[in-house]
Amino acid sequence: MGKKLLLEHVDVPGINTLSVYRQKGGYRALEKALRTMTPEAIVEEVKVSGLRGRGGAGFPTGMKWSFLAKPEGVPRYVVCNADESEPGTFKDRYLMEKIPHLLIEGMIVSSFALGAKTSFIYIRGEYFYVARILEAAIAEAYEAGLLGKNILNSGFDHDCYVQIGAGAYICGEETALLESLEGKRGNPRIKPPFPAVAGLYSCPTVVNNVETIAAVVPIVNDGGAAYAAVGIGKSTGTKLISASGHIKKPGVYEIELGVPVEEFIYSDEYCGGILGDRKLKAVVAGGSSVPILPADLILKTAAGEPRLMSYESLADGGFASGTMLGSGGFIVMDETSSIVKNLYTFTRFYHHESCGQCSPCREGTGWMEKILHRILDGDGTMKDIDLLWDIQSKIEGKTICPLGDAAAWPVASAIRHFRAEFEEYVRKGHSIKDVKHYYTTQGLPEPAYS
Amino acid sequence: MHTDQKRDIRFDEQTMETVRKIIKRYPEGKHKSALIPILHIAQAEFDGWLSPEVMDYVAEILNIQSIEVYEVASFYSMFNLKPVGKCLIEVCRTSSCWLRGAEDVVRHIEKKLHISVGETTSDGMFTLKTVECLGSCGTAPMMQVGADYYENLTLDKVDELLDQWKSEGKRSRYC
Ligand SMILES: Cc1cc2nc3c(=O)[nH]c(=O)nc-3n(C[C@H](O)[C@H](O)[C@H](O)COP(=O)(O)O)c2cc1C
Ligand code: SF4
Ligand code: FES
Repeated sequence: MGKKLLLEHVDVPGINTLSVYRQKGGYRALEKALRTMTPEAIVEEVKVSGLRGRGGAGFPTGMKWSFLAKPEGVPRYVVCNADESEPGTFKDRYLMEKIPHLLIEGMIVSSFALGAKTSFIYIRGEYFYVARILEAAIAEAYEAGLLGKNILNSGFDHDCYVQIGAGAYICGEETALLESLEGKRGNPRIKPPFPAVAGLYSCPTVVNNVETIAAVVPIVNDGGAAYAAVGIGKSTGTKLISASGHIKKPGVYEIELGVPVEEFIYSDEYCGGILGDRKLKAVVAGGSSVPILPADLILKTAAGEPRLMSYESLADGGFASGTMLGSGGFIVMDETSSIVKNLYTFTRFYHHESCGQCSPCREGTGWMEKILHRILDGDGTMKDIDLLWDIQSKIEGKTICPLGDAAAWPVASAIRHFRAEFEEYVRKGHSIKDVKHYYTTQGLPEPAYS
Repeated sequence: MHTDQKRDIRFDEQTMETVRKIIKRYPEGKHKSALIPILHIAQAEFDGWLSPEVMDYVAEILNIQSIEVYEVASFYSMFNLKPVGKCLIEVCRTSSCWLRGAEDVVRHIEKKLHISVGETTSDGMFTLKTVECLGSCGTAPMMQVGADYYENLTLDKVDELLDQWKSEGKRSRYC
């Protein structure tokens, strides 16, 4: 069993309540931080830990924190990104639902380290019930003097609020999130200025993912060095992986970074192998935005090394033969899955979610959706495949926010690794319409595409 | 559907108290931050959708222009700008759910309710929509009804739920 730093007590009955959470050592990090540490010392421990943002980009958290501007007399904010809308990702929901106090404790400690008197947890609107769980936990924390004025007699005041979104993937992008929190449309801002300088209400703001903020708790408890001792190389600590698709045991797994992908997919400790013991066809390893890899390249790098669940190993080979850890949304597809249809669901998603500010993203995602639809209907041509390639290459890097790239990469990687399948769709023409591109919910799945 | 019903568009005192509490979270002059939370409450109170009158009322509460409310309400997919059935069924259609049979679920509901995606049954009971990933990919396929999640769906389970909701005249719970 790997080391668990976040989910160790997840199955303890009542762990969602303050009393059980405290029995299991909860709020020790807060006590330690407020009684024995300076804010600078906490930032230093986070730097030493090597913790990288768990929202998708993997940016070093300690470094981000040290960029926070601290002008006199201007409030600072900590905002937790609980928008979790990257397809294939459901770990933040699990953490908040099961151990809400871990996030609350992380919010208070982080806010103390950054000098923020107010923090917000921005949660996607569909997670209504999770918002209620967080609110109940926050109410308990106020009651116990862990939030509010003069927390634990330290002189530190802090208020934490849950802010609910309303269904927009783009509000997971940090500047769109801040716009939404200000009561506006979720249109990403042009950077710079970065939120660290001008974020919420134009004040210095740190935006971090749920899992990132939760990880601050074990870092403060045991020290940054102890955290850095877990994991592999620059991929320190543990990571929550949301595993879904054609596996025997879908769910959220806390792994020590560095577990071999093969072990993750096939071992009973994790995914438990492929549904119906069929063959693995492809994996989207880090949420819908990252490049899809065929079975051989997800299990082994192009150089033949075993591929590991870490930032570096998953990225080995660049986009030619690698992918990214991203949000940790691990979607597994067996031999019967249609890569073209899967890509269509992603592209339709990005088209639906584009905020519409940049023409390459707004128009390009729509064109790609249309072309893929045509190919699925059996009306595609070989030229359409090249056209798809051309469009994605003209979106990447040419937009205000990274949603454009996120829409382009799945298209590029699907064509790069599975071009033959696209061609087969074109060749089969209308007869492709008779092929079921999906599973039945009842019992044994039908082969979808061979 | 309740479109023709003329109702008094006003929150009761208890709801107003909640609204005032929400507005107080934000710094002086930043009360517009309360817009999305209040729109959710308004949608829940007034039949699951935001009519222009409801949006005007929210604008009035926050002392902002109606257009500021319209532009926000129209951006977010959870705000219904048209009337919906008493029971709003939203089935996830994104990859992980699709891989586990979401299309079957959608087709099954369409057949059973004699409507297509985007439509409402003639008795105003059910509206069917498809939505993008709801963070329930590990328990796919799934659907959301109002604020509630229904996961690990099978066609039998869907049948059972629909029959039950129809007989009890279920109204989706929004927040
Ligand atoms: C289109 C888009 C969607 C995003 N969605 C999320 C999200 O749902 N949750 C999240 O934590 N980060 C998301 N991000 C990343 C955030 O912009 C930001 O980098 C992150 O919240 C920073 O936190 P971290 O450093 O702790 O990861 C998204 C980015 C983009 C471009
Ligand atoms: S890339 Fe797309 S989502 Fe991002 S700002 Fe431009 S149009 Fe909006
Ligand atoms: S793909 Fe359906 S909930 Fe994520």
